This record gives sequence, structure tokens and C-alpha cells, in this order.
Amino acid sequence: MKRLVKQFEQQTSHNVIVSYGSSGKLFAQIIHGAPFDLFLSADQELPSKLVALGHADSSQQFTYALGRLVLWSADSNAIDEKASRLKSGDYTHVALANPRFAPYGRAAIETLNALGLVVSSESKLVQGENVAQAYQFIHSGNAEMGFIALAQLYGEGLDRLDKRRQFHGSKWIVPDALYSPIRQDLVVLNRGQAKQIAQQFFDFMRGDVATSIISKSGYSVSTNHD
Amino acid sequence: MINFSPEDISAIWLTLKLASTVTIILLLIGTPIAYWLARTNSKMKGPISAIVALPLVLPPTVIGFYLLIAMGPNGFVGQLTQSLGLGTLPFTFGGLVVASVFYSMPFVVQPIQNAIEGLGDRPLEVAASLGAGRLDQFFTVVLPLAKPGFITATILGFAHTVGEFGVILMIGGNIPGETRVVSVQIYDHVESLAYGQAHTLAGTMVVFSFVVLLCLYWFQSKRGGQWSMK
Amino acid sequence: MNEPHRGDSNKKASGISTIDVSLCLDFGGGSSPPFSLAVNVSLPGAGVTAIFGHSGSGKTSLLRSIAGLERKALGSVVVNNENWQNSTFFLPTHKRSIGYVFQESSLFGHLTASGNLRYARKRAKKRTKGLSRKVIEIMGISHLLDRFPSQLSGGERQRVSIARALLTEPSLLLLDEPLAALDISRKREIIPYLELLKQNANVPILYVSHSVDEVARLADHIIVLEQGKVVAEGAVQEVFSQMDVPFSLQEDTGVLLSGTYKTHEPEWSLSRVALSGGDLLVAEVSATVGADLRVRILAKDISLSLSAEDHSSILNRLECEIIDVVEKAEQSMALVKLQTGDDFLIASITRKSLYRLGLVKGMHVWAQIKSVAIVQ
Repeated sequence: MKRLVKQFEQQTSHNVIVSYGSSGKLFAQIIHGAPFDLFLSADQELPSKLVALGHADSSQQFTYALGRLVLWSADSNAIDEKASRLKSGDYTHVALANPRFAPYGRAAIETLNALGLVVSSESKLVQGENVAQAYQFIHSGNAEMGFIALAQLYGEGLDRLDKRRQFHGSKWIVPDALYSPIRQDLVVLNRGQAKQIAQQFFDFMRGDVATSIISKSGYSVSTNHD
Repeated sequence: MINFSPEDISAIWLTLKLASTVTIILLLIGTPIAYWLARTNSKMKGPISAIVALPLVLPPTVIGFYLLIAMGPNGFVGQLTQSLGLGTLPFTFGGLVVASVFYSMPFVVQPIQNAIEGLGDRPLEVAASLGAGRLDQFFTVVLPLAKPGFITATILGFAHTVGEFGVILMIGGNIPGETRVVSVQIYDHVESLAYGQAHTLAGTMVVFSFVVLLCLYWFQSKRGGQWSMK
Repeated sequence: MNEPHRGDSNKKASGISTIDVSLCLDFGGGSSPPFSLAVNVSLPGAGVTAIFGHSGSGKTSLLRSIAGLERKALGSVVVNNENWQNSTFFLPTHKRSIGYVFQESSLFGHLTASGNLRYARKRAKKRTKGLSRKVIEIMGISHLLDRFPSQLSGGERQRVSIARALLTEPSLLLLDEPLAALDISRKREIIPYLELLKQNANVPILYVSHSVDEVARLADHIIVLEQGKVVAEGAVQEVFSQMDVPFSLQEDTGVLLSGTYKTHEPEWSLSRVALSGGDLLVAEVSATVGADLRVRILAKDISLSLSAEDHSSILNRLECEIIDVVEKAEQSMALVKLQTGDDFLIASITRKSLYRLGLVKGMHVWAQIKSVAIVQ
């Protein structure tokens, strides 16, 4: 996100302030009158709800990124290219975000379902409130492995040649076929004051520069905009 | 009418179980600590008081974060538990108990400590002059005279554990029947926009806590408050 | 008066041995000036020994140290040949056979009076049958037993405290200014109980006080403390009749004499008391013929006359010989020590009169005594 904002600010010399938080909380704030101009969600459902409730217009909503699910372990030997240990059940805890309301958590359950592992893994599931917490469980070693967003690993130096920090751990990028797409939508809010600049940002996010940054950060970019 | 899902009921039972266990443990280990702090002249009194009071100052997420690391397989607590054959504590009820004991300790220790300090030396000197040794003095004089402090400690310890959220969130893993306590369950209802269920559960907890506190304060006032030396 | 005076008092009475105390304790610092308690005495193992001094003289600290309540006290305490404390050993308070009565009664508020008594009884090192009943009777508290301390008056609480201390059947009873926190009427109410206590308890009693009256009434033996040091020690009558009286006694300088009750003079509501040097007439007291009485005569109540003539309203006149005279150049008053029979009197008169009458050692004079107190 920071890179996108920096890029936009350089291009347009407008100032952008970002408020980070869980999508659910931000949603609650927005419907109670928070003065944001745009909302970038981790899912599609919440922006659609905002449109339905009249806080945004459907023409001002699109999918800016597709989340990619990854099975990750802090232990470099735990996961091979076939994720054998996951399939054989050779672990004590597997972490994921809460499937009840976190899209990556839902995707993780779908994956387990597709692999026929839901029943066998049920007692070993450990839920974080969001992928950040799932990440913490895995990073601290308390869960041998878990499902997180690929984008989270990009801070770990997967794509960069960072000589100071060596990539540690092991991963398995979950094939897209095993879970329904994690659509992350953004929407321009009716209540926002800076309508013109908001429109500029909206267009910027659909443009090539933004798309390139996004796909290099561990996301896919959808080719058709809904 | 109040309609609880089975998960809600399980969460309530778990919370009560946790709060009771933690309160009892804290009364047992907190009392000697409070007694020592109340009566010692050692130079360690300051540092130990500060350590006990730490959870009052630190944000729960900070405590939870460090506990997660310390109790994990690479942390010193985790290595200890593993060497004892207990595995690691996060994601277990035992882990919640340990974390809550640490987190609720000042709420139990401080009221007891204050009550014992308030007694001064005289009751113990009198007891000694009548032939009571240290342990005897504690059970026959300190305990009855400091009773209000113990009651306050019990109330606060219990209530604080029931309301605990941040720490449990960090190390619980939200496992139904094991670590999914009411505070987390309410949070989940809110996050998934199930506001109706959130209201029901949260409202019930408020009423329950209020009734418990009312009962305990009534019980305390009935006893006529603090006994003193006359 | 640099040396403590030791009287050869009834030290080895009744075969009970002594209470030997040799203690040092450092005090103060901070807001109060530091001082040291340094005491080396051998107290009788029977009767009432008063520890007398002004506040700050260290008397309470001495008592507490004997009880083992001052951990920092260094030295030795031997009671009845039992080692309570020395350089290598410290017997904790709860193992010392003591009964302690504090200045503010300090009854357990969460127990009734009888609860407090039972607390002591349960932990007594030995239990003589019938003692509870006897003690309750002597201290007159049987009607108070079911009350809580908050329902008792100050005097009643002290009586219960004394009873409680007695029920531990101690080898030594320690009373720390038990009357200090009470008003005059309460004090008067309790003193008879203390006298009863003295007569009935077979236990040596150490009684801390700053009241000369209490000491005069109750004590057999006295040690006087000033700034943590013993400045006088001995049988109470002797110490009181010392000429170089310790500072603390000065305002109430006077003597204690032993007398015997002789007769009544009912038409005048007077009683006659025989002293070794003559008879005294006092306000009527109820006593039996031959009973022992303790008589107190303050120095300021004695004037001296050269003649035997009976021309004044003062009834009591004793023939005496001047033993000693103490006067100071810049002071108006002088003290004259007199002997009458086997007893001593101290008179306080002006220096002017001393010279006018030419009073010197060896002279025979008449002591006119304006006021006599019978101190039971």
C-alpha cells in the first residue's frame, strides 16, 4: 500500500492519508459516518454491502487485487513442493485466519475441503483473528505451518535480493483451483469530501503502474473488472 | 428471548471455568506474595512490587505478544514445558490459565497487600505474646482481620479474568471449548456483523457480572466491614 | 549522681530466681535524635518492679526488648535461669513465657472478650485447672464475656487484656503503661484490680509507667531510666528517699513509709496509723487493726520547727534528726533528709529558712506534716 500511495503522491502531488485497520472495523466506522474518501477492503462483500446501503455507488467499485493463499512454515524443512506433511497430517497445529469473517481464512477452509482434509485437520486448527495473527502464530513457531496471504511474505524478502535478511521458512503457493478467488475490492465513498482527487486515485488504481506494483507484491490482478 | 447458540454456551462455561481456576490459583500464590510485600523491609520490595504491577501498565497485546514468543517452542517457557513433557502452552486452556494468572496478579495481590499493611505490627505482636507462631498468627489473626482485602481480591481477580481479551486473543487460537472464551466470541460476532448475537452475549455477561459484584459487596457489608484491633 | 544506686532489696525472694537483663538497643535517627538503650540490671523474680521514666527514656523499648519484640536489641536476657537471648541465640516472642499488656488494650476486634481469653488459653504453655474462672473473677469481667471489644469501655478492655495475658500462665507479666490511655475515672476504676492482681498473681510483674502515683501504689522495686540509662535502682521506698533524687522524680519528691493501722477516731472521722517514729492521724480509712499500710508523704507537705509546741492547726508532728541537707546556690528551695525512728523523711524548705533556723546535720527538729496519703 505504501508504494502505491507514494507513487500516486509523486504523480499527482496530492497528499494521501491512509488509515489501516481490519475491514470489519473500518466498515462499521464508515456506516457510522467516518469521513473517508475511499475504502480498500480485503474482500468483496463489504464494499458491496456499502453500495447496497447507499454509502457508495456501484459504478465506483472494482476489484483491485486478487489475494493469493500460501501455506507457510517458519521451518525451512517443513513444507515441500507437494505439501506432503499437510496432506499426511504430520503436524500439531495449523494456523489460519478466522474463516467466519476473514477471506483468507475462508479460502484456507476451501482448500482443506478440496484436499479432503477438513475432518482430519479440525482438531488441529488454530484460528487467528486475521492473517496477521495467523502469521504471528506461525512465525513464533507455535503453529508448525499455516495459511496466510502471499503478500505477507513479500516483506520477508521473497522477491528481493536482500543480503542482510535471508528468506527462512518454507512455503507452498496454493493452486488457484483449490479455492474461490479472494477478490479485494475498493470503492469510492459518497461521504468523502475530496471527490475529484478520489476519482483520480480510483483511476490510478486501475492503471498499469498500480497494477504492476500490486502484482509484484504477491497478488494477482484480475483481467476483467466487475 | 435469549437465544444462545451451543458455541455461545460453550464459551460461557469456558470463561467461568477459566476465571474460577485463575482466581483460586491467584489466591493461593498471591497471598504469600502479598504477605511478604506487606511485611518485608528488604531492598527487593520495590523491584518485586514493580514486577507484580507490570500488567497494569502494559497493553494486553504487548503482554500477549511476548507470552506467545516465550511460551513457543523457541522461548524459555516453551522449552521448559517441552522438557517436562507438557508440550507448548499456546492454544491450550493451561496456556490461558498461565497467561491470566500473570495478567490478573496485581488485581489480587494489591488489595491483599494493602489490607495486611493496614493491620500494622500490633495484631501480630499481640498474637506472638500469646504464644502464636508465624503460621498460627497468619491463620488466626491476619486472615480474619484482612478479610475485606481478600474479598476485594477475589472479586477483582475473577472479574478481570472474565473480561480479559487482548492476551487471550494473542495466545488462544480461538479453539472452541478450549480457548474460545466469551470475550473472543463476542468479538467474532461483531467482526462477522452478527450484531444481534453480539448484543445477546455481551448483554448477558454485563448482567451476570453486575449481579456477581452486587452479591459480593452485599456480603461484605453484611459482615460489618473491617474488623480492627480494639 | 553518676552511678546507679543499688538497694539490697528482696532479690532472692521465695526461691524464684532473678530476671537478668543486659541489653543495648540503638534508636532514633530521622526526626528524633538518636539514643541508645543500655541497661544492665538484675531484677527480682517476684513482686512488682516498676520501670520508671519520662517519655522517651526508653522504658517501653526495654520492656519490648525483654519480650523479644525488638529484634535489634543486642545483649542477653535470662529469666528464671532460662536463656531468652544472648549473642548467639534469640528466643522468639511466642516461645517466651510472657504475658504482655499493651498501652492501648489491643484486643482482637474479630473475637468476643471470651474469644480473646480462649485464644490465650489455647496457647498457654501449661494449664492450671480453674485458673480461667479465678482470673475472670479477680478482674471482674464475667458479665462482659460475650461482648465484642467495640462494645466495651476503655477500662473494661484493659481488664480483659490483663486477664488475657494472665491466662497464658506466664513466667513474667509485662505491663506497658496500662493506665496511660485512660482518663482519671477509668484509672481509679482499674487500680484496685491491679492491686488485686499484685496480691493474687504468683508471677513477677514488670510495670512500665511515668506516673509516680502508680509506682508508689504498686511497685516493690523500681528502676529509673533517663535517656536509655539506669540512673537509680532498688527497693521503691529506698529510691524514693534518696536525696540526690533523679530528675524524673523531682516534682513529686517524697517518701514511702510502712505503717500499721492502729485505731479509729470516729468522732473526728480520722484514723491512727503507727510509724516507727510516731503516730499519724489520717482521713478515715477502712482497715483492720494491725493491717499494713503504705504511707506517702511529699516533701512539699513537710515544714520544720525547732520547738515541740503544738500551737498550729497541723496535727501530725514527728520528732526527727537531720541526716543530710542538699542546697544549690541559685535555687530558692533546699531538701532536708530526716530520720524518724527507722524511717526517713524528706522536707522541702526555703534556703532562707534553712539559714534562719540554723539547720545543720545532727540537729533535732520537729517535722510538721500537713498531708499524708495512704497508698494501699
